[in-house]
Amino acid sequence: MLSFCLKIERALGKKMVKNRRVSVEEVKHIAELAHIELTKEEEALFTEQFNRILEYFSKIDEVDTENVPPTYHVINLVNVYREDEIQESPIRDPLRNAPKREDGFFKSPRIV
Amino acid sequence: MSKLYKLTATEISEKIRNQELSAEEYLNSIFERIEKIETEIHAFITIVKDEALRKVRMIDRKARKGEKLGCLAGVPVAVKDNICTRGIRTTCASRMLENFVPPYNATVIEKLKASDAVILGKTNMDEFAMGTTTETSYFGATHNPWDLQRVPGGSSGGSAAAVIAEESPVALGSDTGGSIRCPASYCSAVGLKPTYGLVSRYGLVSYANSLEQIGPLARNVRDCALLLSVISGHDDRDSTSVDLPAKNYLDCLKDDIEGLKIGLPREFFGEGVEEEVKDPVLNAADKFEDLGASRRELSLSTMSYALAAYYVIAMSEASSNLARYDGLRYGYRDMNDEGAFDTVFSRNRRIGFGAEVRRRIILGTYVLSAGYFNQYYMKALKIRTLIRRDFQKAFKNVDIIIGPTMPLLPFKIGERIDDPLKLYMCDILTVPANLTGYPAISVPCGFKDGLPVGLQIIGKPFEEETILRAAYAFEQNTEYHKRRPPL
Repeated sequence: MLSFCLKIERALGKKMVKNRRVSVEEVKHIAELAHIELTKEEEALFTEQFNRILEYFSKIDEVDTENVPPTYHVINLVNVYREDEIQESPIRDPLRNAPKREDGFFKSPRIV
Repeated sequence: MSKLYKLTATEISEKIRNQELSAEEYLNSIFERIEKIETEIHAFITIVKDEALRKVRMIDRKARKGEKLGCLAGVPVAVKDNICTRGIRTTCASRMLENFVPPYNATVIEKLKASDAVILGKTNMDEFAMGTTTETSYFGATHNPWDLQRVPGGSSGGSAAAVIAEESPVALGSDTGGSIRCPASYCSAVGLKPTYGLVSRYGLVSYANSLEQIGPLARNVRDCALLLSVISGHDDRDSTSVDLPAKNYLDCLKDDIEGLKIGLPREFFGEGVEEEVKDPVLNAADKFEDLGASRRELSLSTMSYALAAYYVIAMSEASSNLARYDGLRYGYRDMNDEGAFDTVFSRNRRIGFGAEVRRRIILGTYVLSAGYFNQYYMKALKIRTLIRRDFQKAFKNVDIIIGPTMPLLPFKIGERIDDPLKLYMCDILTVPANLTGYPAISVPCGFKDGLPVGLQIIGKPFEEETILRAAYAFEQNTEYHKRRPPL
């Protein structure tokens, strides 16, 4: 009986994960973490779209990946070293692309 | 004089080096062509006329003096606007970088210059290369030269359209999930995504750095091979660039595929792939057989998970790569500086980025966040391993794999743009080559209702010669690459 209940719970748990929906609040929170302002309309639109996209992503749940290592990169990356030699910087005017500057400095918004 | 713009890159450089043609005269013909049709196509974001003219005059001077000229002497190249060009603005088709002028050249640009190529301008694209249609560009959509109502494919849509509308003989694109091959297919161009690590990414504005490569677009396989020979090779400035001896890819162009073993994966002809694109590709398989190749069906069972895994990985990498844009040192900065730095940055990023870029950054942040990291990101990376194993296994028995490049014909501008997921589905046949790092090329293989169909040929890592040879043999025995749009 106990094992039967556990099975049901597991099945329900799985189902809950599958049908889990992202809320507007969550989307707002994640957008804040990503430093992107959203308009009210976008909050609603993105939430609806994210739920559809994430539902499609959940397809990958079907695959058994036990004991499969992740592939971060397709070539065997190892650290590449070079001599620490001084080279001329290609950047002659670092402020050239700065939208706001003052007295030869980047002008930052208020930090504190 | 008037039809000089029709010459291929190979012809142009030969004629200029032999002083049969002046580089300036040729370039003027290109500018006339651009003047005539660019308003209809909108392939370019920036055209650098004065600089290009200075360069061709220098080339003509060198030719007259009998000085040695490079293999791309006087050949104009249209460069995708996510590849940094010193002194020429590089926008990524984004408001964020509308006024960004790079202080340095990408390695591929240095290589082009060293071969005496002429930078013609910067081509339109989906914003930050995120898209399949070139509709997400801040500067407006590019139009398909075969039907101006339709999309040219993306994200390197401007590069493919410029080449096929004969505004430039060749172009550079970048391919993260099909962004060279898709527009090549939709515009009837030849477009190659090299093996990951073959071409330096130094100076390519990163979107998903473990997936993307810069590659050539051209009107024929020879020009594609010529451009690849120039841009490939090891670069100290890109730690993912592989140290292999440089190759001349023109050497492999032989009209001989006797004994070549070709695989047709069932999944490339399965659900979601329209009949219209299957037929020309199956005819191409017959053609290969006529030419002495053998074919066999095979299965890549993990393919059905490739698209989801691809988007999880690409969005994750995008959220990290695009975190640098805050409008402080460069990029869009709103006049309204009210609030603390994070409020200001968030505002700059809302206005500076278009909807699709914001969508991918936020979703990428979500799948990387605590609690979802294992469920999405780590899971996708493990599936990437399985897909790679699937490919390795398949390539034990075949030399190349063929299939359609795109699952459907070019569609109308505006038709799919409001449904992100529907748009992502278009990449279903191109993303496997990016996940595995394998090289792949798209070549014209037919038309349906006047719209082009592309044949995709995938090869083993660093065996670009094999896919180029197969593409070349196909091209030599078909006429599709000779058709031009009714412009």
